[in-house]
Amino acid sequence: MNKPENTTSGSVRTVDLVQKGLARRYKAEKRFRRMGLCAISFSLLCLAVLFISIFGSGYSAFQQTVIELDIVLDPSGLNPNNLAGADFNGLVKTALYNMFPEVKDRGEKKKLLSLLSSGAAYKLADFVKAHPDRIGKALSLWVPADDDVDMLMKGHINRNLPETERRLNDQQISWIEALEEQGKIKKKFNTTFFTAGDSREPELAGIWGATCGSFYTLVITLILSFPIGVAAAVYLEEFAPKNRFTDIIEVNINNLAAVPSIVFGLLGLAVFLNFFELPRSSSLVGGLVLTLMTLPTIIIAGRAALKSVPPSIREAALGVGASKTQMVAHHVLPLAMPGMLTGTIIGMARALGETAPLLMIGMVAFIVDIPGGFTDPSTALPVQIFLWADSPERGFMEKTSAAIMVLLVFLVIMNSAAVYLRKKYEKRW
Amino acid sequence: MKKLLLSVLSLVFIAGVGNVGAESRDYISIVGSSTVYPFSTVVAENFGKTTKFKTPKIESTGSGGGHKLFGAGVGVQHPDITNSSRRIQKSEVETAMKNGINEIVEIKIGYDGIVIANSKKAKQFNLTRKDIFLALAANVPNPDGTPTVVPNPYKTWKDVNPELPAMAIEVLGPPPTSGTRDAFVELVMETGGKKFEFIKAMEKADGKQFKSICHTVREDGPYIEAGENDNLIVQKLDANPNALGIFGFSFLDQNADKLQGSVVEGVAPVFEAIADGSYPVSRPLFFYVKKAHVDQIPGIREYLKEFTSEKAWGDEGYLTDKGLIPMPAAERKKYSDIANNLTPLNASDL
Repeated sequence: MNKPENTTSGSVRTVDLVQKGLARRYKAEKRFRRMGLCAISFSLLCLAVLFISIFGSGYSAFQQTVIELDIVLDPSGLNPNNLAGADFNGLVKTALYNMFPEVKDRGEKKKLLSLLSSGAAYKLADFVKAHPDRIGKALSLWVPADDDVDMLMKGHINRNLPETERRLNDQQISWIEALEEQGKIKKKFNTTFFTAGDSREPELAGIWGATCGSFYTLVITLILSFPIGVAAAVYLEEFAPKNRFTDIIEVNINNLAAVPSIVFGLLGLAVFLNFFELPRSSSLVGGLVLTLMTLPTIIIAGRAALKSVPPSIREAALGVGASKTQMVAHHVLPLAMPGMLTGTIIGMARALGETAPLLMIGMVAFIVDIPGGFTDPSTALPVQIFLWADSPERGFMEKTSAAIMVLLVFLVIMNSAAVYLRKKYEKRW
Repeated sequence: MKKLLLSVLSLVFIAGVGNVGAESRDYISIVGSSTVYPFSTVVAENFGKTTKFKTPKIESTGSGGGHKLFGAGVGVQHPDITNSSRRIQKSEVETAMKNGINEIVEIKIGYDGIVIANSKKAKQFNLTRKDIFLALAANVPNPDGTPTVVPNPYKTWKDVNPELPAMAIEVLGPPPTSGTRDAFVELVMETGGKKFEFIKAMEKADGKQFKSICHTVREDGPYIEAGENDNLIVQKLDANPNALGIFGFSFLDQNADKLQGSVVEGVAPVFEAIADGSYPVSRPLFFYVKKAHVDQIPGIREYLKEFTSEKAWGDEGYLTDKGLIPMPAAERKKYSDIANNLTPLNASDL
């Protein structure tokens, strides 16, 4: 008879205990959630600050100040069969002097000419080469302005500062204001930025060369690291005997994934450049070095993906008479592929943002020509950012931020592709 | 789809790698100083646009790194030209000789001023090299006048020289790997140190001790190593009006609306003062050409011609727009003759 009493008193005790601790537990729960929320909002805030500061200083790089010139294509100096020898610079000069006939002094003329970019003559040359039928006629052409003018038009240089503290003097500003009144100076979308290679003149510099370099480098990295990585992962996971030797290999792979990337650059310098004598600064060597760097990531991701394929699939395949190779090739690998691809894309995204190893193999260089192949000297997007950040001209500051934006766009695309692939093909068992 | 992708990729690969192992190089390869980099890149770009040759490839490796790569041997895998913000050293020439490079052509291109600048929001500084030495050396002469050195006790500029403002010493400057730092130490710290008789006497008697006093920059806070990126120093100075920064003249020239150069020994760092040599902290810039490469790699002669032309390095040339201080006309003539005749450097001149 004592038993029920015991239970009641016991249950009362439990309820009391639970009641007593409940407030504390709710509080702990709330505290934990709040901490998580704080962590997330802090990281979002940091991200927002980063994006706003980059966007704020970089958006103006997508615009470019141009000046309209009325040029007479005098046929006497322009032989359509030999345009390379023509004095386009002289034509541009004459056109500009004609707009300001009151400028006579040699020093003043030089100041006036410095409003135009040195790229103006090349722009005219390109135009004439594309339209030889226009020779002998007058035309009006928008040509790029000098970077100092560009900075002034974008408000990065204060017009009200004393004359000695500006790179443009009062007279030059009065000329710019005259051009503004006539509507002969304006800002337009900066196509040069997306089509040109590097340049020492901010108004002529573009990221196309660096983008091509990054593309070639990543192609090499992908076609080498993906097959090798997948093969290594499959062998280690499905075929390799479990012994001390494979353990050592596993430890080493995990270790390599954590090695600082500059070490791979040094390795690349010693092996690919000094021993194999491959061309310095080429995207071929860059791709090889980045392959070494991404391989561990791909192998680890690949093995994790293979591990998540349930053993029942393997057993069923073997049960109906498939060989081990067939089992892997027909069943396990296709099921593990989405995970492997995700790992590969994330590895590629990391390779895209890497600068340090490229430093050692000469890809941090001033390269104007757009690389046309794997052995041409080339840079990469993050390297271009690094180089521009180090340039003295003010105009490169916005270019740096703009290049960061472009790099971020590529990274976002790659990472969202990884997420999409995972969402679409991932199977839950 | 997969097969198509694969074949496209392999085609791209074959097309790109097809010319691997080509034993020639059709562009000039240049390495070396980050100070000369802004100038040689401008020349290279103009050269690439106005001639039929490809634009040279220029790596910014620092002067020392450049000489190392340059002196490694003769052949297409080695660079043709190295830029240098100091003269080549005897040991570097010897290494190059050992590796089969017998003829090196030395071209001086002009001068670069090193400025000590601060934000326009603050007052302009009027410094002597002695002040700078006392403010930045790790060990300074004992303030009580005895000929011994003590760890640098100075906290503010006023402590160093009563005429200077009572501001904490805060100087952003380049790290020891930088050529700018080498030149700064040599031109400012050594001269500053020599203002003290016993340190001056030390130079002859005990060169090592002399160097350790003059070349060691304090590490207790007032001198902040700001990395090789001069733009970073410019931005930090703009944000912090109490700090001074040490960097090349071209950065002051480009940021004249934000920064002012300190007066050193009574001379402000302006273009004219550096050009005529009255501003004390300036150094010559060079580049070195491997003569054996001249007719192997297309365009080297033409590149030299472009660099040594009046429209590039002359008084009104485009390099002066980038902040290079041109040499006097006679010196320009001397080095353009050397470039034309490819007169090699005589190792005994060093």
